[in-house]
Amino acid sequence: MGEIKRMDLEYSQLDSDRMRINVGPQHPSTHGVLRLEVEVDGEIVTEVVPHLGYLHRSFEKHCEKLNYQQIIPFIDRMDYISAMNNEWPYVMALEKMLDIKVPEKVEYIRVIVAELNRIANHQIAVATFGMDAGAFTPFLYYFRDREAIISILERLSGARLLYNYFRVGGMAADIYPGFKDDCLNVVKQVRKTNAEIMKLLIHNSIFIKRSANVGILTPEVAINYACSGPVLRGSGVAHDLRRDEPYSVYDRFDFEIPVGKGDVGVVGDCWNRNIVRVHEMEQSCRIIEQALAQMPETGDVKAMIPKRIKLPKGEVYMRTENPKGDLGFYIVSNGTDKPERMKARGTSFVNLSVIPEISKGYMFADLILILGSIDIVLGEVDR
Amino acid sequence: MESTNFLWDLFGRNVWTVLAVISLPLLFVLVYALIAILAELKISAWIQERLGPMRTGPWGILQPVAEVIKLLQKEDITPDQSSKLLYNLAPFIIFTGAYAAFAVIPFSSAFVPAGIDVGLFYVFAIGSISAMGIVMGGWASNNKYSLMGAMRSISQLISYEIPAAMAILSVVVLTSSMNMQEISSMQSGGFWNWFIFGGPGGWSKLWVIPFTIGLTIIYFIASLAETNRVPFDIPEGESELVAGFHTEYSGMKFAMFFFAEYANMFVVSAILTTIFLGGWNSPFGDFLQGPWWGVFWFILKSFFIVLLQIWIRWTLPRFRVDQLMHVGWKVLLPLSFVCFVAISLFAMLN
Repeated sequence: MGEIKRMDLEYSQLDSDRMRINVGPQHPSTHGVLRLEVEVDGEIVTEVVPHLGYLHRSFEKHCEKLNYQQIIPFIDRMDYISAMNNEWPYVMALEKMLDIKVPEKVEYIRVIVAELNRIANHQIAVATFGMDAGAFTPFLYYFRDREAIISILERLSGARLLYNYFRVGGMAADIYPGFKDDCLNVVKQVRKTNAEIMKLLIHNSIFIKRSANVGILTPEVAINYACSGPVLRGSGVAHDLRRDEPYSVYDRFDFEIPVGKGDVGVVGDCWNRNIVRVHEMEQSCRIIEQALAQMPETGDVKAMIPKRIKLPKGEVYMRTENPKGDLGFYIVSNGTDKPERMKARGTSFVNLSVIPEISKGYMFADLILILGSIDIVLGEVDR
Repeated sequence: MESTNFLWDLFGRNVWTVLAVISLPLLFVLVYALIAILAELKISAWIQERLGPMRTGPWGILQPVAEVIKLLQKEDITPDQSSKLLYNLAPFIIFTGAYAAFAVIPFSSAFVPAGIDVGLFYVFAIGSISAMGIVMGGWASNNKYSLMGAMRSISQLISYEIPAAMAILSVVVLTSSMNMQEISSMQSGGFWNWFIFGGPGGWSKLWVIPFTIGLTIIYFIASLAETNRVPFDIPEGESELVAGFHTEYSGMKFAMFFFAEYANMFVVSAILTTIFLGGWNSPFGDFLQGPWWGVFWFILKSFFIVLLQIWIRWTLPRFRVDQLMHVGWKVLLPLSFVCFVAISLFAMLN
């Protein structure tokens, strides 16, 4: 601890007092109520200690007192930016236990809403990352586009952020007329804005100076810390559950897994973690287009929803590719309509744990960028 | 200097005219700051495809007034553990620094508050006072963010004053004068005589034009850093330092920082206008030339530079501290030296 990596020896031999600064829980760029206790030597970060728990709501304990259907809205509140994706592994786990074959149309609706939500999540991630670097305008461009996605999801589920749209065996409601056109318009707009952001932000030389070669996460460290999602892919590891463990109908789509290639900076730095998200938006657009084309016109989305859910005794673990990484739910059932134990593998929590490892020896301003590039949501970290 | 001031010509030099001369720029600063704040709000909204303020007055044009009133009403907090005297003094010092610079700015051929012969030198000296205020405010707040912001600010100001000074010195070499009114009047007769295009002179000045344009750009970049604007807004970089040196300030004292920032923006723009863009001269020779049109041209040009600063603010990300130093010492300073040497050579040959 306290070892300075990047500065030369002469500097570290100077006997200077170190200062401890609290970043958060009320700080403009902690992405929630995260508190980082930072020790700085001038501007150089020598130690980072994340303190969690400011948003702890006893999610897992709560679940033990709730029916299986009642848990779904709680799951929305974990990673509240990508609530659609959160619900998916949970309902899939239950469907696996109950041995329910979900109608074809439901699978396609799930893919589309999840990918739409993934785009919305990545938009916020890239936008706030830009804002951490001081660029405010891309933030509003992305929020303008996200509004269209939110509107679609609102028309589907009735809610703008916490959807409660998935049901065990089906969906809460069918798609509305004109859904396909709305989706295609969103896809078009996302591509247009991304092309603009590429010029305005991603390849801006100041932005490259700020984010390239900063917070380098080597593939080995990423795997050791069990990082997943764009954080892992930014380090060059092509791991994506949608392809590696195809669930639902993902094996029917043609898409690529973007990884950090190090065209700018080195593989695993903030810039590469960020660019992965931009490329993933494009891949999500491709999936949405294919899913819209393949989706069956007819089908009852509520046909397979059981009246009462009573799981057989046993346990199940199901994980899917959340926008932030692998999200898994481990459910232990005792044969009643409430889980005996419920454990969520929160992606943000796992990804956040790598912060002390990769932010030592960089400048204080870099720490904020590293935190932004990890893309955490405190609802999921604290649960 | 005679007749630098139309008020003295009209009413003689007495207590009342001196007071009027002093308060005219203040009046201007207040009105200008309101307009600049509105411009900032509206231009940022325009860049970001928003509407911006729309509720206060038609198209929200009264929004700056509303904001000032709001800031006046707010509680004036002085932190318990702060150094009270310095804490309360800092905003006034910063504003004084910004406002005092207006003393030598030639608004028109018939009006400059104080036509002293070392105007440029004075502007530089007085500009450094605001750095003192920033350090005072940052240190006295007894806040770690403020302290870091103040430390960054002082290093930034020192490193960017040198390239800016080199740019100004080059013009002094060309004009052999530090009087801003004289520099302005030398550039009369169309935009070709402005110092951005090498100043008045024959075809022999052609080879020096790239250097003068370069110096204009160097001065503009350095002035962005001096006014703590993006991409050099590191002292108050909100994503890491909350609000930098003025984190603890609220109410009227915060408004003073705010006003000082906008006043400083105008001061650097006015200097740039005066020494490179012909000051109050019309760009078309004798067309629309004169004392009253001078005010128009001067404010138009200066405001254009202010708008440029606003435009840049809403487009670019922020530098990091070490990168800022790199740009200042290793890029701008050598370039400004090269330009300075070239211009000195030109002045010697002429």
